[in-house]
Amino acid sequence: MVHVSATPVLALRGVSKRFGAVQALTDVELEVHAGEVVALVGDNGAGKSTLVKTIAGVHPIDEGVIEWEGKPVSITKPHDAQGLGVATVYQDLALCDNLDVVGNLYLGRELLHRGVIDEVTMEKNARELLSTLSIRIPSVRIPIASLSGGQRQVVAIARALIGDPKVVILDEPTAALGVEQTAQVLDLVERLRERDLGVILISHNMADVKAVADTVAVLRLGKNNGSFPVKDTSHEEIIAAITGATDNAVTRRAGRRTAEAAK
Amino acid sequence: MSDTSKTVKSDSSETAKVDKAEGVIEEQETVAPADDPTAAPVTVVDPRLLVREEGFKGYVTEFKRKVKGGELGSLPVFVGLIVIWTIFQLQNDRFLSADNLSNISYYMSATGMLAIGLVFVLLLGEIDLSVGSVSGLSSTLFAVFAVNNGMDPWLSLVLAVLTGIAIGAMQGWFFARIGVPAFVVTLAGFLGWNGLMLWLLGDSGTINIPSESGPIHLLGQGSFFMDQAIIGAYLLAGLGVVLTLIGNFGEQRRRRAAGVPFRPTSEILLRVGALAVASFVAAAVLNNASGVSNALVIFLAALVIVDFVLRRTTYGRKVFAVGGGIEAARRAGINVPMIRITVFAISGGFAAVGGMFFAGQTASATLSAGGGNTLMLAIAAAVIGGTSLFGGRGTVWSALLGMLVIQSIQTGLDLLNMNTSIQYMITGGVLLGAVVIDSVSRKSQKAAGRG
Ligand SMILES: Nc1ncnc2c1ncn2[C@@H]1O[C@H](COP(=O)(O)OP(=O)(O)OP(=O)(O)O)[C@@H](O)[C@H]1O
Ligand SMILES: [Mg+2]
Repeated sequence: MVHVSATPVLALRGVSKRFGAVQALTDVELEVHAGEVVALVGDNGAGKSTLVKTIAGVHPIDEGVIEWEGKPVSITKPHDAQGLGVATVYQDLALCDNLDVVGNLYLGRELLHRGVIDEVTMEKNARELLSTLSIRIPSVRIPIASLSGGQRQVVAIARALIGDPKVVILDEPTAALGVEQTAQVLDLVERLRERDLGVILISHNMADVKAVADTVAVLRLGKNNGSFPVKDTSHEEIIAAITGATDNAVTRRAGRRTAEAAK
Repeated sequence: MSDTSKTVKSDSSETAKVDKAEGVIEEQETVAPADDPTAAPVTVVDPRLLVREEGFKGYVTEFKRKVKGGELGSLPVFVGLIVIWTIFQLQNDRFLSADNLSNISYYMSATGMLAIGLVFVLLLGEIDLSVGSVSGLSSTLFAVFAVNNGMDPWLSLVLAVLTGIAIGAMQGWFFARIGVPAFVVTLAGFLGWNGLMLWLLGDSGTINIPSESGPIHLLGQGSFFMDQAIIGAYLLAGLGVVLTLIGNFGEQRRRRAAGVPFRPTSEILLRVGALAVASFVAAAVLNNASGVSNALVIFLAALVIVDFVLRRTTYGRKVFAVGGGIEAARRAGINVPMIRITVFAISGGFAAVGGMFFAGQTASATLSAGGGNTLMLAIAAAVIGGTSLFGGRGTVWSALLGMLVIQSIQTGLDLLNMNTSIQYMITGGVLLGAVVIDSVSRKSQKAAGRG
């Protein structure tokens, strides 16, 4: 299932991030290939969102290297990441309450028509995009403030798909979604993989992870705690890595298996 | 603005009836244009979405819902204007005379310029307390350049305005880069720039500026559009109406072609009709006095340009975005400090332009320029007009509407020979009233899920 290309689109090498006295990330390694869905899991506070934000340029890294298509790049502001082709759906969504759905979808990359914002085309595309996600939003012209939590989440996800990203990062995209919408998002993730995009999916829901991910990367207390191919790793093994209840032999075994799988 | 169409609708119900049949068809199309395949999947309309019913009743219910939801828009302004005009007219029957209304239209443009700049700052959810002092300083700088140093008046004007922009940018820099609260930076500016102005004026106190020609003549009370030609006012009104009409129908055509909801013809005609009535009545009244002052024309032109910038350009969108959510704006790749600095620079620039208008009013630079309640009036105008103090919500037209209210009060009080003490108290009260309305409507907007 994984079409592992030689060089990953995105790779983190020994990335560390501190917030004052908190060492949020220590020497984290992560690789995402085109057409691969990497699930990033870990307990609350493990550093998943922080990792996402370092990739997205919200919090620049302190140490380590971020490689894009094999070459080291410097990502110091959100603009850098967008320029590379990283689209991010943040856990805290980060939408502008006063702007309408269309305004939020296109924020920062408005379509222009003779130098003027092209509301008509933007609205048309927005409606089409939202309808492919089969999401019910009363109108694309109402302010974000008047949407439900799940609707906002969908808008945030749709926002990531506008533009032509190469890597899509979804930080707990299904946390606030209903049954149908969750299924839609999982379908979407699969469609992204078919389109040969790299996807980083953060989720606490093991069923979702097992359903769509190719690889599971576990973070624990800001450090890597194993990376497993989904299809031959059991639920329990992942849980054990997340909670740290693994005894060393098992971790080593899992590590060996990943190494073999990679060969 | 939308309220105008509603109020006018009752008296122009004939037009409405004529267009009704047409409107019905179009609104159906709006939901699912049958001939447009691209729009076909969009037929899923949430059944809970309240769609406006047909005709007049639809407008009334929608209007009621909006008021309940705290989307007051320009409603308080129109109510306020009617109340104010009635009260002053009852006190003094010269109030609604053409001459007095013409006075209002001339004097409101100076403070109005300050209010335009403030709209930008308020959209960020910040405040600029220095605009009054900057306007005073700019008029003094102009006088020093043009009169004391004999420089070309237009060059002096450009220099004065550039100084205003630089002052604004500097204050913005302290706010955006150093992180000093805007309120404190501009409070320092309020005092500091006023001090600089007093120092420049020195012991002479007042510098008289010759007003036979140049910018001061242009901005003076005796300078009229097209030299008082009767046709001038109607030309302006007609231009406004025709451009609005073309713009609206152009938008309708593009939207229809793209298969997205568009404004029905009946609504466009109503809106434009309301605008036409208002602008031609205003033109007739001003012609009845002495014509449209050039100061007012410049003010209106500035409003049109700024409205365009705010609503149609990416810069304007960024301003709204920063006002609506700094973190979201930042993550969308918007350079937040740059927006903040430029917004304060714009505010400083408009303050300087307003200062030139003040200089035009008195043909002098005086110690009192930009002092007193100038700042309060400018803030009150922007807020009364419907621009929220909390950021992210508002239009630049609030500078016009708010100034109408404010200048009506000022002129009315002058007519009644009220002394400054009373004027200050009333200005304070009006500002308080405006921010109370803003805060209350924000609260009910929150309750209605639109906060
Ligand atoms: N802006 C910040 N300033 C200071 N500390 C932070 C900041 N953001 C995150 N942290 C710290 O970094 C650690 C990791 O947080 P992070 O949000 O990445 O966790 P997470 O894995 O996403 O958890 P969750 O599953 O609850 O979303 C936490 O200890 C948190 O307190
Ligand atoms: Mg998180």
